[in-house]
Amino acid sequence: MELKQLYREIVNEHNLHPSHKRTIEDPTIELRGVNPSCGDDITLQLREKDGIIEDAAFQGSGCAISQASVDMMIDDIIGKTREEALSLAGRFMGMIKGEASEEDLETLEEAAALQDVSHMPARVKCAVLGWRTLREALGGKDEAAAQGQQES
Amino acid sequence: MDRSIQEIRGDFRILTDHPQVVYFDNAATSQRPEQVLSAVEAFYREANANPLRGLYDWSTEATGRYEAARAAAAGLIGASAAEEIIFTRNTTESLNLVAYSYGLSHLSAGDEIVVTVMEHHSNILPWQMVASKTGARLVWMEPDMEGVLSDEEIERKIGPAAKLVAVGHVSNVFGVTNPVEKIIRRAHEVDAVAVVDGAQAVPHIPVDVRALDADFYAFSGHKMLAPMGIGALYGKKKLLDQMPPFLTGGEMIEYVTRTEATWAELPHKFEAGTVNGAGAAGLGAAVEYLRDRVGYDLIQKQEEALTARLMEKLSKLPYIHIYGSPDPAKHSGIVTFTMEGVHPHDLSSVLNEDGICIRAGHHCAQPLMQFLGVGSTARASLYFYNTEEEVDRFAEKLAGVREVMGYGA
Repeated sequence: MELKQLYREIVNEHNLHPSHKRTIEDPTIELRGVNPSCGDDITLQLREKDGIIEDAAFQGSGCAISQASVDMMIDDIIGKTREEALSLAGRFMGMIKGEASEEDLETLEEAAALQDVSHMPARVKCAVLGWRTLREALGGKDEAAAQGQQES
Repeated sequence: MDRSIQEIRGDFRILTDHPQVVYFDNAATSQRPEQVLSAVEAFYREANANPLRGLYDWSTEATGRYEAARAAAAGLIGASAAEEIIFTRNTTESLNLVAYSYGLSHLSAGDEIVVTVMEHHSNILPWQMVASKTGARLVWMEPDMEGVLSDEEIERKIGPAAKLVAVGHVSNVFGVTNPVEKIIRRAHEVDAVAVVDGAQAVPHIPVDVRALDADFYAFSGHKMLAPMGIGALYGKKKLLDQMPPFLTGGEMIEYVTRTEATWAELPHKFEAGTVNGAGAAGLGAAVEYLRDRVGYDLIQKQEEALTARLMEKLSKLPYIHIYGSPDPAKHSGIVTFTMEGVHPHDLSSVLNEDGICIRAGHHCAQPLMQFLGVGSTARASLYFYNTEEEVDRFAEKLAGVREVMGYGA
């Protein structure tokens, strides 16, 4: 998808009117994720019950892609088990590396709209901030070091 | 378009070959004219041998081109002798050379290093290193919100404990020209040495290091039409003479035994290893081009006209905030701004779709971003080969960004 179209059709709605930008009661996990070089800064809250992510939300600020990506991620993970959420994170990271299968894209639902960020190396770290934070929060492997690029 | 600008622009094939691209990131790196590219190629095609070493014609010719470039650089900034110019990779390396070689051997606990909050990281981190290794303390001069350093601030912060003052000549965010002459005079009053980061100055304004009485003056080739990987450090001979080498190795020695060595004379004492001969030849050609083909008068006239046009157009967009002076003449072609509700990275990505190249981020000046209370900003930076048509296209595309980002038409 062309970038302007991506903003207009997907990103803006989640950036300007996010469904999950709030705080939740009694979160069981809370973790901050930051892209120091561009100032994207989010705090992710999760509430797990009986092995299920019962509720999730975020606070923070940053570029539209980072904020929209977290909002779409939360759409994907509410009601999922920890393992399912980590599996989604793996599919998203793969997609951003340009390695997505049809099944990955289907499973990721709306978040799959960010597929073309794989052709925008400068924006990769924006798109993965939420997923990277989720992975860290759930104790999955952290590929942060391999993502994005440094600005001097 | 001014006829002379049109003619000059023809020297920059990357621009004429890509008329759809508007390159407004000149403060990050400039483009290079054919004259510079030819000089680099000619070095390898006509005189390629290791400069300063060989006893045969090609090496002599390579040495000649390398040293001619040094003389050209010295002439451009008014150094009294070519040996006061040390070739480095860039401004960052030049400033590190001063920090490691002069800073570590001349500063100690209780001394003060005075910098401004406007500095590029390359004029902050080397001094943080010197401070942490010697116990010296960093002192920060702060400007007003337009980037102006007051006389009182200069007087107050450069006190009796100051041993080194490091200041940017032109800010890479505000574009403002700092009162370096006053700062240097004040530094000398308290017996401190003055180090000037001229990376954003030499491409835009005439510099005379002797009139300024700067002790050290650093600049990069790549922001002034020369290749990447060649830069320079000017230093007063009496200071350079007493400094230890920064790097050691080939061609910087006089005599070496198994246990010790004596150093070569200036400037080669500071140029260990095989040098960037072709890069230097490119820098020499860039100096000639700037001085003879364009000239600082035309550079400043064109930059000021374009900046005025750009600021005028931006001022019509109520959601744009411009940083620095309201006077376009005080920007050196640099216009840093933010757009309400739009992150600079989104802004830059959207403009890229329209072929427009600007910088977005912290511009390697995070302490200044913190001072201004912003996370990041967008920066359009112009040079003499940019045109009014490009400014108009930029302004038109910029005006369309808010709609793309979902803010209605």
